[in-house]
Amino acid sequence: MEFDVILGNAARAGLGPQAAIFALAAIGLNLHFGYAGLLNFGQVGFMMLGAYGTAITVATWGGSLWLGIPLGLGLCVAFALALGVPTLRLRSDYFAITTIAAAEIMRLLIRSSPATELTGGPFGLQTIANSFYDLNFLPDGRFGWGTFTYSSNQLWVMLVAWILVCLCSALVLGLIRSPWGRVVRAIREDEDAVRSLGKNTVAYKLQALAIGGVIAGLAGVIDALQQSGVGSENFEPQVTFFVWAALIMGGLATTVGPVVGAMLFWFLREGVESFIREFSGLGWLPDGLAGFLDGAEGAISIALMGIGLIALMALWPQGVFGRRRDLHLGT
Amino acid sequence: MPNARVLWAAVALIAVAVCSLFLFGAVHAQDGDGDGEEAFSGTLRFGGEPVEGVRIVVADAAGEAVGEAVSGADGKWRIALPGPGTYGATIDTDTLPEGVTLRDPARRTLEVTVTAGRSQPLIFALGEPVARGPTLPEQLAQAVLNGTKFGLIIAMCAIGLSLIFGLTGLINFAHGELVTLGAILAWYLNADTVGVPLILAGALAVLVAGAAGGGVEFSLLRPLRARRLGGFQFMVVTIGLSLLVRHVLLLLFGPDRERYVDYALQAEWTFGPFAATPRDLTIMALSAAILVAVALFLQKAHTGKAIRAVADNPDLAESSGIDVDRVILIVWVAGAALAAVGGVFFGSVEAVDWLMGFRLLLLMFAAVVLGGLGTAYGAMVGGLLIGLVTEVSTVWASPEIKAVFALGVLVAALLLRPQGLLGQRERIG
Repeated sequence: MEFDVILGNAARAGLGPQAAIFALAAIGLNLHFGYAGLLNFGQVGFMMLGAYGTAITVATWGGSLWLGIPLGLGLCVAFALALGVPTLRLRSDYFAITTIAAAEIMRLLIRSSPATELTGGPFGLQTIANSFYDLNFLPDGRFGWGTFTYSSNQLWVMLVAWILVCLCSALVLGLIRSPWGRVVRAIREDEDAVRSLGKNTVAYKLQALAIGGVIAGLAGVIDALQQSGVGSENFEPQVTFFVWAALIMGGLATTVGPVVGAMLFWFLREGVESFIREFSGLGWLPDGLAGFLDGAEGAISIALMGIGLIALMALWPQGVFGRRRDLHLGT
Repeated sequence: MPNARVLWAAVALIAVAVCSLFLFGAVHAQDGDGDGEEAFSGTLRFGGEPVEGVRIVVADAAGEAVGEAVSGADGKWRIALPGPGTYGATIDTDTLPEGVTLRDPARRTLEVTVTAGRSQPLIFALGEPVARGPTLPEQLAQAVLNGTKFGLIIAMCAIGLSLIFGLTGLINFAHGELVTLGAILAWYLNADTVGVPLILAGALAVLVAGAAGGGVEFSLLRPLRARRLGGFQFMVVTIGLSLLVRHVLLLLFGPDRERYVDYALQAEWTFGPFAATPRDLTIMALSAAILVAVALFLQKAHTGKAIRAVADNPDLAESSGIDVDRVILIVWVAGAALAAVGGVFFGSVEAVDWLMGFRLLLLMFAAVVLGGLGTAYGAMVGGLLIGLVTEVSTVWASPEIKAVFALGVLVAALLLRPQGLLGQRERIG
């Protein structure tokens, strides 16, 4: 068995654009839940709006990419307001249920045939990122060695994505250390106490929801740029659960937690899939089992992730960088 | 009833709007000759042959006749108009030859706007009357029947979800997988290789799913509760469980949709505007009977009262001698079994696939919040309403987006009555 191949694949996934996209979504989610105590299970909805807002502007309306990105992020703010105004006054369970339903229903709307002219329906939208790659100042050709060989454009996406991850982490850190952040964290601890001090807690929660949503929208924009297209199948409710898994692994209410968690998530996921492929390729297994494993590595790695989540909560609920005192947040 | 009058007025308005849309579409489908003088013209054909000697009269907006013409041997007719404006062209059906009729008798008069200098072609479609699709009331009746069917199934699936929340404050994200588990187990037992009749297969699947629910509570959640995990950690545990079960089912069952061998194809019985297969009617009757039985159990039986007491206030219930852990275990077993019954029914009505439970979970969430989070009766009422709303919406909207209407109801409920239809008027914000 080629352990260096498995490790190489895993590390490539842990550093790749997908990990950066997850890191951005997890940073937003961390602001929502880790700091503001909002149980958002519709994070993928924000990613979808960011991606589709950008793609529709470019591919459907023939507009500029630099108009599309702010439009997509603006849609995220609108979604946060539409979602938050009716539900943020209620208990957090209601918020959790409404967010997961709203994100999935938006996906159904986007892929429905009446929306095909606007969103491409089940086919999605393509060729949207040309003006992004035009900005690429890296020389042409391939860089790196072995598994870690990237084309100029791949490197450009990764560079931009990881810079955005750093910027957003810094932004959230700055926000959390500001007076605004102290109020938000206080709402997480005891909303009634904050309200009794005369703060409009719903407005603070709405702001936190919108800012975290825009960061997740940025993740969707990077996803659209990276693939130079969008498709509704990339925004299934599972994605939200995966972002949660990444955030929990890294540790809630920490600055590096979401970033490390996202890298770890993709490292483990690709590592497991790579291991299964290599292992069944060895020929040690009986034909029936090898045939069963062929093409099943994706489902197996997600099932293992489910076991991992249960074990993590049972044995190590604070995650890698988390603190035990933050365990009883939110609900 | 004023409400009925408003409804009919709305229906009539929609019908008028749709008709005018068609008219508009038909008229603008072709371009005019543009010979500089306003006119109506057209060619009458029946089965490809021109129709001669048919009179067409044009009146202006005030109803004053402004011209008429009779179709020639080639079926062509033309009426010059005094100027641009809106005119109504009426075909005199008495002058139609024997056996020739308008395809749509309601379209005897076409009302069309003519712009300056345009010769506007009009089409009077002649031919056999088209077999009409079902009328709106008929469609509505059928949608209400289907909605009741799905609503009963959603209600059955959602009872466990709502009661588990009421008892332990846990949103069980893995509840949909119990639905899928029941449906897939029944499919395996019913498939040709095993060949157990579906009723027996379904019963066995329900027993297994109930045991699985009890196992989750007994061996996983109860020990974790003893360790005083937060509500959020429990939610993540059920998410992990749902990912695990769903993808194991995907590995075993595969990504395709399958139908049960038994009762797959049946002729429909029609009663007036309703049409349903005997299978669907049986499922509706069984679902209704099960829901009534659950309600009676909760209302009358000792354990049922204990469940309601724990849902109301766990601490008070415990201090008055109720074994709360036992009650929670019972609700998990019964809730999982009910979800599996729903899964078998749903698989029988539609099809079985590995994602069916997760798709239903979103509708269950809507039903539970609509009816009142934590109450069994709320889940029943909410489930029925969600089923009705999603199905009735298909009369007007594309079936792909029927779930969108469930969310619309959910949001409206949260705004107007956040405690749910049957929820206690307590502070939840």
